Amino acid sequence: MRYALLVQGGPYSSQASHSALRFARAVVERGHRLDTVFFYHDGVYNAARLAAPPQDEPHLGDAWRMLHDEHGTELLVCIAAGLRRGLLDEREAARHGKAGHSLEPPFELTGLGQLVEAGLSHDRLITFSP
Amino acid sequence: MNETEIATGERVTEGDLLVILRHSPHGSSWLREGLDTALVAAAFGQRVSLLFSGDGVLALLDGQQAGALGQKGTHGVIDMLAMYDIETLLVDAHALISRGLSTEDLLLPVSVVEGAALPKLLDQHRLVLNF
Repeated sequence: MRYALLVQGGPYSSQASHSALRFARAVVERGHRLDTVFFYHDGVYNAARLAAPPQDEPHLGDAWRMLHDEHGTELLVCIAAGLRRGLLDEREAARHGKAGHSLEPPFELTGLGQLVEAGLSHDRLITFSP
Repeated sequence: MNETEIATGERVTEGDLLVILRHSPHGSSWLREGLDTALVAAAFGQRVSLLFSGDGVLALLDGQQAGALGQKGTHGVIDMLAMYDIETLLVDAHALISRGLSTEDLLLPVSVVEGAALPKLLDQHRLVLNF
């Protein structure tokens, strides 16, 4: 089956991101495809480039990146929710005159249309909210 | 479509996307971000239904203003729904009654849905998103 996930909980603030990652790994271990993860609401903070959790805690950002590297999962971040919360890729940072960027590939800023598209084009869309 | 028809399941609302709104206009961005999703889906040509549930029914209250926090509020978006062809506005009966409200307190005409009709409503949409 083809799965997509919607993650709406902030990393380390609620269980949502941790649960989403464990579900993501279970999906691919069972031989399903996880094509897309869409980050919305406070879930966009999962894409923060500078996240530096203590070394004895799971690094959620790295775990998402590993999922992308190993399984080609798209990591899509809502641009409207991201910009409000300070998540800008290099292009948006330049456009808004910011000194640095806070989001980088494989995370991609994209529109909400991609969430609707993911929901309608996959067999399942599973939401993880706080 | 009227509430009796929905409640008895004789005629059920169909659509591509059902957005369930469970949060009030102020205090968090859930309602605004849920409505944004509905508008975008409608702009992409999907048939969108909204279900106002729990505190989400407060989004429809008449006489709203922008909040004290310098945010725009959501009543402006509610006013724009018709422009986006989002005309299926459903309200959970229990949410309305338990807050001492009736459909006369609301900005727009809505269809009231009884709890027993909800499973079928969810089933009749290709995608359900919960905010």
